[in-house]
Amino acid sequence: MTTTMAATTKKGLKLDAALVGRIAIILVAIAALAYYFYRPQQATAVYASTLRQSTPLVLGALCGLIGERTGIINIGIEGQMLLGAFIAFLVNVYTGNLFLAVLAGILTGALLGLFLAWMSITLKMDQIIGGTVINILALGLTSFFYVAGLTTKGKLQPIPLGPLADIPLLGPIFFNNAPITYLTIILVFFFQFALFRTVWGLRTRAVGEHPSAADTVGIRVNVMRYMNTTLAGCLSGLAGAYLTLEAVGSFERGMTNGRGFVALAVMIFGKWTPLGSWGAALLFGFATALQTQFQFLGLDFIPHQFVGMFPYVLTIVVLAGFVGRSRPPAAEGKVYDPE
Amino acid sequence: MSDADKSTIVLEAKGITKRFPGVLANDSVDLKLHKGEVLALLGENGAGKSTLMNMLYGLYHPDEGEIWIKGERVELKNPRDAIDRGVGMVHQHFQLVPVMTVAENVMLGSEITSRGGILARRRAVKRVNELSQQYGLEVDPTALVEDLPVGTQQRVEIIKALYRNADILILDEPTAVLTPQEANELFRIMRDLTAQGVSIIFITHKLKEVLAVADRIGVLRGGRVVGTAEPSTSTETSLAEMMVGRSVILQVKKEEARPQDLVLKVENLHVKDDRGHLAVKGVDLEIRAGEIVGVAGVQGNGQRELVEALTGLRAVEDGRVTIDNVDSTQFSPRQITELGVAHIPEDREKHGLVMAYTLADNMVLNNYYQKPYARGIVMNKEAVVENGAHLVKEFDVRPPNVLTTAGKLSGGNKQKVIVAREFSRPTRLLIAAQPTRGIDVGSIEFIHNQIVAQRDRGVAVLVVSAELDEVLGLADQVAVMFDGRIVKTLPIEEATRERVGLLMAGAEV
Amino acid sequence: MATEQKNDSTSRATEVLQRIWRGLSVPLFSVFLAALIGAIILWLSGSNPLGAYWALLKGAVGSTEAIGRTLEKATPLVFAGLAVAFAFKAGLFNIGGQGQLLIGGIVAAYLGYAITGLPFIIHMPLALLGGSLAGGLWAAIAGALKTYTGAHEVITTIMLNYIAINLTDYLANGPWKDTGIIARTPKVLETAVIPTWGFIPVGFLIAVLMAVLTYYLLFKTTWGYAIRTTGLNAEAAMYAGIKVGWIIILTMAFSGLLAGMGGSVETLGVIGRYQPGFNVGLGFDGITIALLAKTNPLGVIPAAILLGAMDAGGSQMQFDAGVRFQIIDVIKALILFFVSADVIVRKILGARAVDEDKVTLSTGWGG
Repeated sequence: MTTTMAATTKKGLKLDAALVGRIAIILVAIAALAYYFYRPQQATAVYASTLRQSTPLVLGALCGLIGERTGIINIGIEGQMLLGAFIAFLVNVYTGNLFLAVLAGILTGALLGLFLAWMSITLKMDQIIGGTVINILALGLTSFFYVAGLTTKGKLQPIPLGPLADIPLLGPIFFNNAPITYLTIILVFFFQFALFRTVWGLRTRAVGEHPSAADTVGIRVNVMRYMNTTLAGCLSGLAGAYLTLEAVGSFERGMTNGRGFVALAVMIFGKWTPLGSWGAALLFGFATALQTQFQFLGLDFIPHQFVGMFPYVLTIVVLAGFVGRSRPPAAEGKVYDPE
Repeated sequence: MSDADKSTIVLEAKGITKRFPGVLANDSVDLKLHKGEVLALLGENGAGKSTLMNMLYGLYHPDEGEIWIKGERVELKNPRDAIDRGVGMVHQHFQLVPVMTVAENVMLGSEITSRGGILARRRAVKRVNELSQQYGLEVDPTALVEDLPVGTQQRVEIIKALYRNADILILDEPTAVLTPQEANELFRIMRDLTAQGVSIIFITHKLKEVLAVADRIGVLRGGRVVGTAEPSTSTETSLAEMMVGRSVILQVKKEEARPQDLVLKVENLHVKDDRGHLAVKGVDLEIRAGEIVGVAGVQGNGQRELVEALTGLRAVEDGRVTIDNVDSTQFSPRQITELGVAHIPEDREKHGLVMAYTLADNMVLNNYYQKPYARGIVMNKEAVVENGAHLVKEFDVRPPNVLTTAGKLSGGNKQKVIVAREFSRPTRLLIAAQPTRGIDVGSIEFIHNQIVAQRDRGVAVLVVSAELDEVLGLADQVAVMFDGRIVKTLPIEEATRERVGLLMAGAEV
Repeated sequence: MATEQKNDSTSRATEVLQRIWRGLSVPLFSVFLAALIGAIILWLSGSNPLGAYWALLKGAVGSTEAIGRTLEKATPLVFAGLAVAFAFKAGLFNIGGQGQLLIGGIVAAYLGYAITGLPFIIHMPLALLGGSLAGGLWAAIAGALKTYTGAHEVITTIMLNYIAINLTDYLANGPWKDTGIIARTPKVLETAVIPTWGFIPVGFLIAVLMAVLTYYLLFKTTWGYAIRTTGLNAEAAMYAGIKVGWIIILTMAFSGLLAGMGGSVETLGVIGRYQPGFNVGLGFDGITIALLAKTNPLGVIPAAILLGAMDAGGSQMQFDAGVRFQIIDVIKALILFFVSADVIVRKILGARAVDEDKVTLSTGWGG
């Protein structure tokens, strides 16, 4: 379908994506430094906020891409985050323990991932409908069981990494963060390595690109898909735990606010790679951080609703500009049925 | 190899039976493979050859019967079991991951690793080079599979099997994508392998190849073994009769062509493929009313893109197409259809039919918006059904129920539906791409006769086929396509297999 | 012979009944299973399920007022379900019903209060159509993005939802704001209001009319043939000369028009103005209804009435049995699950799978 579409619609600009990417990174670095020298405190605040805003997006994108690399499309990331946040919140309120709460959030995400795998693989449901079921279920359950007015018992605080935290600019941004934020950065590099340099990564990608090729060499396609989707769910659950235990300190209905869907755009923009997704997430995080900063400074020449629209508009722009030029895993979304 | 070795049975199937819903794919099949021999398994499409092989490779499980490998009874639950016992399979549709390198594809599933599951890439590359040298199979281990030509991809598949220490190799229709010369190269490789003790089962429906390379021949028909033969005592005709069960006319019956006015003129056509590279690089072609021009060539030389450009499904970069003196280069598919062009698409399930629609609805796919099927925007169901019933009868589509959904028909009958639809409109130009791929012999005959009948009615016909015999059987003029160009057009009298084969491979003849 | 003829007609009747059963069994049983699990959840959280469901029924159909409320709640649901079902037929997943409805609602409200001096005959249809077209345009954005850039409509329509929420919030708080503190538009003029006939809201009748129209469009016209072919096999459609790119845009537009009409009807017929926060979650309800109705426009009507009844009875349930009405959201999600995972329901019923019912949309992001 793309062939004819591309063939019969106007030809787009032919740009070498890699070159554009490199130029963009250099320009961004220069602009970032300029901003810092012009308004050091403000810039530092915005950049630090960028990293924090990007955390749930990266985690969501990692969740999405691990699943898609293996062939399962997950649009239920939003629901996984929301329910993960809710359960983490409840566990924290009733046990007073932060660590257990984070674990609970991860586990919730894993269970929802397992559910998605079951729906997609065993029940052979359409994967987009399966993801929608998770979203609706999460909304319904969190609304039904919600109790107003509770706050978390404690909050995950930033941990400065000794002298590193004192480095100007880089210190407050990278070396003075709360645990899940640190963990997320580690996970980005971990999965980048794992996906492209390990046996697990090779097999995962094969299963998502050409499942019968994997099957004919003895790899158990559906087992891998189950495992990976569940593993990916852990990451969304972690994102939910982050939102409630590290970022906000309480739970509100619908607090994920579309982040799970923005994460999908981040994943596509990042070309289904962890490092790429991190870069894309930072971009989105920056947009949100800037918006908060403007509001904070009382710059209201733009009505706040329009600033609020920005991440969503950016998502559409990214999708429109990039999805046609990048290749998702070839076998994603399709049921694998050998016999 | 000693004579004693030669008589060792390395693989044996006893009474293998396999049922699918509604179909008995294999019926009590017995098979013996000796060490170092090439056993050819012959049968037409749907005879049960692939099903049998998939069971020998552990992808399917037999309902009844036994499999013995190297003297031991085995149960192959999955390909790993088969691989562990030395069985390797090269599928008809390659099982390679396009975006990965040769080395990654070869080691997938049996990876070479350093500590902790980390891939040892350099060692893998080295191993592939070793195997490549040992068996004379040239490949670049670091190349991406999707960049490789088809013949090389096949070599990767063979190396994949050898990497896993296969000494029993199953090749499923390996020459489907090769030129006659590449096929000969493959046969040389096979002989080298058997000399080193590898035993090969070679599945095909091409009679000439069987006679060229096999040590023994087994013939499958309707899921049963109907006989074995020796190449020395067989002819194409005798084998064809065993394959089909009745005397078969291998030649298409037709009289000499009487070409009239020019219908299709293609000038300097340039068309890009899905990835943006030029696939058709300056094609010139002329077809007159009342003649069949057959385009011969190995798949992947631009034929698909050429057909899609002619039928309006793909944009033309440069050049001109004229149909009956009308410039149709930029025309949409509908406009081209309305010029009187009929198209039998290469992929009938993808382009030709809507599986969930009834036969009646499928029959009006190109003209549902015209009278009498519609007045304005309101459709006339009775007219649609009546038309369908009429065509189903005329073209002997089975089952003859107009309200069945197309998905339920067999391949041959699906193709008949398409043929019925296309031939029921007044036609000036017929473009048929792979018209008899994957169809039973009876339907093949029927469709060939229909095509010739169209020609005799004054239609200009273009047949594009990867089956050289089909082209040579139908065409009045043979145009050979190689690397995006028509390298030569020969009248049928001058088109010998050898000459065409060389042209297909790009040689100057 | 008389007995033979009698056997013939009874066997024909049985055949028809069997076909109806086969068509309805899965949706009916899905609802039953969902209600069962809902009951379990209620019981586990300390409430009395039977009491809750009885109150629900009372609130939904226990009086003419209740029925009127049910139909009122069902009206936007019919439109939402039609919007999703229609898009499904072309192979598109329109989750943007929420946003399209909001845009339709606020535009209808604006036309309803800002234009003066028109008689009812002109004013009401104008406002209704204006709102509907606005919804259609909003959805067409996603359609155009898909056609020209390949961007998948699942994400774009959801993004457009959030943008619509922000946009309508701005309009209701700013240029189109009523006097006073509350963020909402002024009341629409009398001449733009959609009336009720006794206890039946005329808006519901409009919804039923649109359902019939949609059915006719899909199954009796050449446009419908083109749309359905595109949804079943886009490549064959292209080969058939159907302009698939246009079909995508026009289908999304009509789908958005239906959702926009739902918002307009709600604004002009029920609330009387536009205020933020109305009808959240409608997009997802639309999906549930569309699948419950097996994407058949006529089937959307009973499915919407069912969900509307649940919504209408919800407040009664909360009042009488003290059960939070959000349990209905959970039950709706379960209905969606069972209806889509029809394999489970079929196993329980022992029915055979029928492939024609399968709805498949996942073919990647369209790149």
